[in-house]
Amino acid sequence: MSLQQLASRLQESFSTGFVKAVEWRGDLAVTVTPDRLHEVAQFLHDDPAMDFDYIVHVSSVDWPDDEERFEVVYEFYSIRKRHRIRLKTRVPESDCIVDSLTDIWKGADFMEREVYDMMGIRFRNHPDLRRILLPDDYAEGYPLRKDFPLRGKGWRDTFEFLDETAR
Amino acid sequence: MALEDQRTTVYKIDPAHPESETLPTLRTEELLLNMGPQHPATHGVLKVILELEGERLVKSTPVLGYLHRGVEKLAEDGTYHQFIPHTDRLDYVCAMYNNFAYCRAVEKLMNMTVPDRAEYLRTIVAEVQRIIGHQFWLGTQALDIGAMTVFFYCFRDREILMDWFDELCGARLTTSWYRIGGVERDLTPSLIEKLKQFLDYFPPKIDEYMVFLETNRIWLGRTKGVAIISAEDAVSFGLSGPTLRGSGVDYDLRKAQPYSAYPKCEFSLPLGKNGDTYDRYWIRVQELYESVKIIRQCLEQMQDGPIMADVPSVTLPPKQRVFTNLESMIQQFKLFSQGFDAPPGEIYCGTEAHKGELGFYIVSMGGGKPYRLKIRAPSFIHMGAFDHMSRGYMISDAVTIFGTYDIVMGECDR
Amino acid sequence: MGLIEIGRHEKDGASDVVTTTVEKAVNWARKGSLWPMTFGLACCAIEMIAAVSSRYDMDRYGAGVFRASPRQSDLMIVAGTVCRRMAPVIRKLYDQMPEPKYVIAMGSCATSGNIYDSYSVVQGVDRFVPVDIYVPGCPPTPEALFDGILKLQERIMLKPVFLKQPDQVKPGFKI
Repeated sequence: MSLQQLASRLQESFSTGFVKAVEWRGDLAVTVTPDRLHEVAQFLHDDPAMDFDYIVHVSSVDWPDDEERFEVVYEFYSIRKRHRIRLKTRVPESDCIVDSLTDIWKGADFMEREVYDMMGIRFRNHPDLRRILLPDDYAEGYPLRKDFPLRGKGWRDTFEFLDETAR
Repeated sequence: MALEDQRTTVYKIDPAHPESETLPTLRTEELLLNMGPQHPATHGVLKVILELEGERLVKSTPVLGYLHRGVEKLAEDGTYHQFIPHTDRLDYVCAMYNNFAYCRAVEKLMNMTVPDRAEYLRTIVAEVQRIIGHQFWLGTQALDIGAMTVFFYCFRDREILMDWFDELCGARLTTSWYRIGGVERDLTPSLIEKLKQFLDYFPPKIDEYMVFLETNRIWLGRTKGVAIISAEDAVSFGLSGPTLRGSGVDYDLRKAQPYSAYPKCEFSLPLGKNGDTYDRYWIRVQELYESVKIIRQCLEQMQDGPIMADVPSVTLPPKQRVFTNLESMIQQFKLFSQGFDAPPGEIYCGTEAHKGELGFYIVSMGGGKPYRLKIRAPSFIHMGAFDHMSRGYMISDAVTIFGTYDIVMGECDR
Repeated sequence: MGLIEIGRHEKDGASDVVTTTVEKAVNWARKGSLWPMTFGLACCAIEMIAAVSSRYDMDRYGAGVFRASPRQSDLMIVAGTVCRRMAPVIRKLYDQMPEPKYVIAMGSCATSGNIYDSYSVVQGVDRFVPVDIYVPGCPPTPEALFDGILKLQERIMLKPVFLKQPDQVKPGFKI
């Protein structure tokens, strides 16, 4: 299916959740509302014309000047049909929680944990939502947010384990 | 006997009626064993918490992040050109393929086409990198299982190619030879000659490695039937590269969405049947032969021409001109201090690196620095399937499973 | 033994007895049998593996027996980027090594943090572990690593072997 057909089929099936579709440099990016996200993803996986069986990545972008600050981005690919789609949704900072897609694609498990670790967005119904790349007790915040300084807030220079050794 | 004291109870079973004696039931509990982060077989700093019942793995929890360098945050702080050395250090075993993937992503963002000769050069060097990547994998996988000779043989041949890279761009391992819009310098006639000699020397060497492994009972016993994953599970987890093709799924970005000089070359895709470690090993060895084929075809088809796209606002000038020509110096200075003006928008570009699909998702707001750069690293995604793949196998298979996934922690933790 | 002899005595024209100090003999034995610990963290580990392989053979300097356990090794080659999460592990392994022990910081990341001036990279392993030799490079070629090991061997020859009495030991005295 061409990108135009993909976008129009999604728009017909989900008239309430569909926000917009943008095609640029050969990529199709469809934005939906967070409450319909799981249904749209299920449709993309199960519908025989769509057949998106491969999850490519889950990522997040921080737009601090917008009211809906965080954008969660999913990219799917269909191995049989050879087409790609990008699914996006926006959540505000006060309510930054979206549905987890681990029941549809198992690979979303680690990818969503990384999004939680780096940006602080929570995922409903995730089997094991905890930090993955930073330690579980990392208290400085979420590094990829735009208000987090590049050099951190001092964690990298404090070595509390040195006081424990009798040297 | 000294052993028969209060602490030991000796059970005597009457050989005529063995079933009449009942031994007391043994108390068992699961053992939590910590493997890593410093461990000779974990291919980098990876910690896995294994829950064992006897010697069987019940559950394994990988703990990542011991090499988390914050590369995605560093990308937002520098220009697009300045990020190229960071990409080298992602999958440091075959560094140039990461450069290739990144430069392709930025060229898609800028809507640039790369000249033909540059495409052929990129493909040739990328396939040479695939050869050294698979040689490293084979050497370390064999070493972990116990075949040390294969390790030394693979590294001996790898050194020939490391010298070749040294002559090409000055560095053995982390090379940064690719540039946005082309490559940094051309192949000299002596390099082409050496490469042709290597292509004649190498296929008998692959046969030599196989002499040790192909019919070796220990190798077959430790790789056949280990870490089986079905095709549906592999696709659902998002695996790619030889780990996916081992289960029989025909997905290779070089064939599905061809790029660079791959459409002009003929090569086949080896596919596995059972999805076990032996199939993945066989696929990687066949890919060594296929890479030799691709390099030969590219060397024949390559024509003379420019090696960098002619877009002076984006591409860097040749280094010799920077020190002699004032305009080139100003161009270099501007490109490194401010960067080129990228259009606002977002793209995703995936490339078939030798471990799997390496992709870059770049969001640009205009200006010289990326607003958000996300690296889709195959090793990170493969670790997500580690628990599923390792259940029910023995603890010594855990080492084999690390190897068959071909994980590199630089890419996994970024 | 030509490097360490102090006196050589002949009898009837043939070399008979070689004299030296105990310190020189012990240091000669220590430098010639450095046992490194397998501690590759990142890209420098690949060059360390290449240094052990058949072309650049580290075994000819006596340092080819890589031990996985810190209890059996006396040299820790910190090869790669030191992230803050890995720092307590490195310190624990350093503490578990028996004396005399030496540390080589291999590569720019272990020396000073390299290009990774970010929230999770320690800017040099010498912030929490005493380092004897720094080997710069990104990554240093195996020849550069050998240069570092040879310099470490020269340093070992200069170290004192006999411990001073406790009232003579100042804080910070390192064997």
